[in-house]
Amino acid sequence: MTKDFVHQTIKKFNSDSYRLLDMLLDIQQEYGYISKDNISVLAGELNQSEADIGQTITFYHFLRSKPQGKYSIYLNNSIVSKMMGMDKIARQFEKESGIKFGEVTKDGQISLHYTSCIGMSDQEPAAIINEKIFTNLTTFRVKEIVLAMRQGKPVESMYCTNFGGGKNSSPLVESVVRNNIRRSGPLLQLNYVPGQVLQNKVSLMSPDEVISEIKDSHLRGRGGAGFPTGLKWQFCRRAKGARKFIFCNADEGEPGTFKDRVLLTEKPEMVFEGMTVAAYAVGAKEGILYLRYEYKYLETYLKQVLQDLHGKNLLGENISGISGFDFDIRIQYGAGAYICGEESSLIESAEGKRGEPRPRPPFPVEKGYLGYPTIVNNVETLCSTVTILQNGANWYRELGTDESTGTKVLSISGDCLYPGIYELEWGFSINDILEMSGAESTQAVQVGGPSGALVPPSQFNRILCYSDLATGGSLIIFNQTRDLLRDVVMNFTEFFVEESCGSCVPCRNIPALLKKKLEKIQAGDGVREDLKEIEEWSNIMQINRCGLGHTAANPVITSLKNFRKLYEALIQKDVNFDSGIDLSAAVAESCEFVDRIPQL
Amino acid sequence: MNNKVNFTIDDKECTSTSDKYIVEAARENGVYIPTLCNYDGVKPAGSCRVCTVKVNKRYLTACTTPIAEGMEIEVNTTDLQDFRNAVVELLFTEGNHFCPACEKSGNCELQALAYKFQIMAPRFPFQFNERYIDASNPKIYHDHNRCILCKRCIRVVKDDKGKSVFAFENRARQIRINFDSKLGEVLTDELAEKAMEVCPVGSILVKGKGFKDPIGTRKFDHTPIDKIVIPEKQNI
Amino acid sequence: MSRPIIATTSLAGCFGCHMSFLDIDERILDLIELVEFNKSPIDDIKTFTKDCDIGLIEGGCCNTENIHILKEFRKKCKILISFGECAIMGGLPALRNDISVKECLAEAYLDGISTVNKEEILPNDEELPMILNKVYPCHEVVKMDYHLPGCPPRADLIWDVLHALILGTDVELPYEVVKYD
Repeated sequence: MTKDFVHQTIKKFNSDSYRLLDMLLDIQQEYGYISKDNISVLAGELNQSEADIGQTITFYHFLRSKPQGKYSIYLNNSIVSKMMGMDKIARQFEKESGIKFGEVTKDGQISLHYTSCIGMSDQEPAAIINEKIFTNLTTFRVKEIVLAMRQGKPVESMYCTNFGGGKNSSPLVESVVRNNIRRSGPLLQLNYVPGQVLQNKVSLMSPDEVISEIKDSHLRGRGGAGFPTGLKWQFCRRAKGARKFIFCNADEGEPGTFKDRVLLTEKPEMVFEGMTVAAYAVGAKEGILYLRYEYKYLETYLKQVLQDLHGKNLLGENISGISGFDFDIRIQYGAGAYICGEESSLIESAEGKRGEPRPRPPFPVEKGYLGYPTIVNNVETLCSTVTILQNGANWYRELGTDESTGTKVLSISGDCLYPGIYELEWGFSINDILEMSGAESTQAVQVGGPSGALVPPSQFNRILCYSDLATGGSLIIFNQTRDLLRDVVMNFTEFFVEESCGSCVPCRNIPALLKKKLEKIQAGDGVREDLKEIEEWSNIMQINRCGLGHTAANPVITSLKNFRKLYEALIQKDVNFDSGIDLSAAVAESCEFVDRIPQL
Repeated sequence: MNNKVNFTIDDKECTSTSDKYIVEAARENGVYIPTLCNYDGVKPAGSCRVCTVKVNKRYLTACTTPIAEGMEIEVNTTDLQDFRNAVVELLFTEGNHFCPACEKSGNCELQALAYKFQIMAPRFPFQFNERYIDASNPKIYHDHNRCILCKRCIRVVKDDKGKSVFAFENRARQIRINFDSKLGEVLTDELAEKAMEVCPVGSILVKGKGFKDPIGTRKFDHTPIDKIVIPEKQNI
Repeated sequence: MSRPIIATTSLAGCFGCHMSFLDIDERILDLIELVEFNKSPIDDIKTFTKDCDIGLIEGGCCNTENIHILKEFRKKCKILISFGECAIMGGLPALRNDISVKECLAEAYLDGISTVNKEEILPNDEELPMILNKVYPCHEVVKMDYHLPGCPPRADLIWDVLHALILGTDVELPYEVVKYD
């Protein structure tokens, strides 16, 4: 029986080893994990070694080769979750289930896991239980949930509130996730009609005209890197390839960001229309929505949207009557790896491999998915292209500032009255944001997530735009009660330690060394030399291959730069050298074993 | 279509052809760029970062970047040399490298780079991570203490059907090389030797072959690695 | 300047580095002209009788006595040098560093195949130094100024570096003297 399902799954994906990730997710869905036997079948059928299959499985947080609980609880341990009381929730889960995180109950019913940010920072603490999202957890709710699990109830029956607003309540989603749209602009407002741009604009334009319109708008990538979108499309259009691919990067993993989740919930047609426009511009026929596994609860809904678009001739063949313009979109899931938000890692991952960034050149626009020219655009970028074509580049350039045109959808969370989604024109200051979101006595704002910068009040007048403070949209607010070093910087650094792909030597090692330095400083053993070494060691990170590697020391270096006093207050003033060695701890074990009282 | 290209390395005028990576083009011009994860004839991985150079003000790995017309390449600047040292020092402190007791000492490329750079002690603390030794295979002795995760074995050692004998396992700091137990059982002598040869350190050894060359006669005992990569007479 | 004073010691080491020191052969006669020795197994002075200029440390720290002596050297010597792999990274004694000290002690005193200890007596006399959880490189205990790698460091390396330090000159080390084995 077991093997039949695996064989069918392999067949379903045409024995194509590039679809390994899909096969693994399906097999896991069926059996709860991927067994040795099943790895063996996969290896045989795909003509790979078992070690090869294993290297993909073990790369991804959500893939597992051991059985886990019938109910697997993935509690978010990102900074905002912690600020909103995650520790209490975690202890309550442990108390109720009788196991620690990382364990499975003896009866195989429940397993507890931590996971990096799940895109719910405006409704923390949150957890994923068997692909369903639970938000605003309290200790009371934990008791209820575990009790229901003991009774074997279905996960859907464990909600106790109404479903969230907007499409979250749609019968195809039925999720308690809330949109919390606090301010909407061109992307989020309600007057969007799917297909209008394709039918009324694109059908009258040549691909080159589409590209030049996007170029004229000065739109830059909204994922964080800020590469000019029109230029990317132009490169891909010029690149030679028998096939071309459009990827929508919906792997938003930067802690504190959740805007793409809201766009995908409320404007999926716009996202897909953006992909279709891109396909028309560069001459692609195949599109892939690379969706983070955390958002799997949107699956049925998104598939229905795709089917509806087919029905309206907005996908498929001769789209919108444009003769010869064929394009289709499929959904590709990630499986829990922050690094896969990096475009070349995303492509590797979509090819069923470990999500390790590729060396560049060649760039994805020349050689991307399966070696063909590939566009990878962020969800928000693609939505923006639709509004640009709808209203024209001139209209778009009126929004924002001269070099940062248009609007930005921000994910605001942390210590403020109104966490949620804010769509604003570029050019606002941090002070504006704090006022808008109802934040008071703010100590610091993390701009751009952990890979960005920890910004102090003296810089709250700085402007969010590509030429000053660039951001992919994650803004986390910390008030005066927060211990920035102990809680924030440590949490972010641990995040990078965990999320490195492990390929580049500095990225694999230095964040962990920085974490040790932080612990030493926290323990009161720090000396001035430690601060110097933090700076020198962080500097080495710039030789890593990818953006994660380049920015993984940012939590430490930006806090050291902007909040140096916090570090200075902890280090020893009159000591030049302290290795941090703790002698009593160092002799404790041997003394205990030989039954001796340590005398130091 | 291999066009001739002109470029400079540390202000020295050089020429090569466009089908080369920077590291190869430099070698043709008598300039040694240290490498570690790179292995001739195999697709470069660019993972160790030892070969980092600066091209038109950007840091790039010389093993993965094709040479191009007009490139101004910096190789031996103080900051780049310091980065290279740092990578080697990180590797020495990440693994458990007991050179005095290692069969590969003197033939080890990690050690050879440290000798070349005259690293007296690493700047980073020794991590003493728990690693293990797998001696269960009849032919191969696999010592994870010494592994530097360069991926050479993964890229090179394939069976006759093209399957990988070695693969990564896990990610981040838990990453390690997994030796496929099934393919390991039927490993040919030839492949076993190949695995030992491609391993730059003493992580993969063929049993009984570790001391084939006596100490004192080994590759890097008397000759620095740069002089082996680019023999003296060829040096311009 | 009066003759610089040198002290040496071996912590968790095998005295191989000291043997290599003696391998500078007839140059030791030059050295005697240049320096004075204080606490060192070379002249068998057991305790410091004065402050020193250069301290050479062989071996890492595996117990509290090693730590004590190393700290004493740091106090008494202006310049402290790790010489040999054990001082620099723990060396062969540090092979135990990824094994718990309990396991090591059990293997040595209780479970080892060559262990004969029917009464299961464990070394817990108050006079004995206490064993550390791992072997610490010297520079992870006190500040070390220089490191001379090798197992042992080549005699030429020891000589070249000492000579340069004593005379205050620069030194360019030949390729073959910096080795880790």
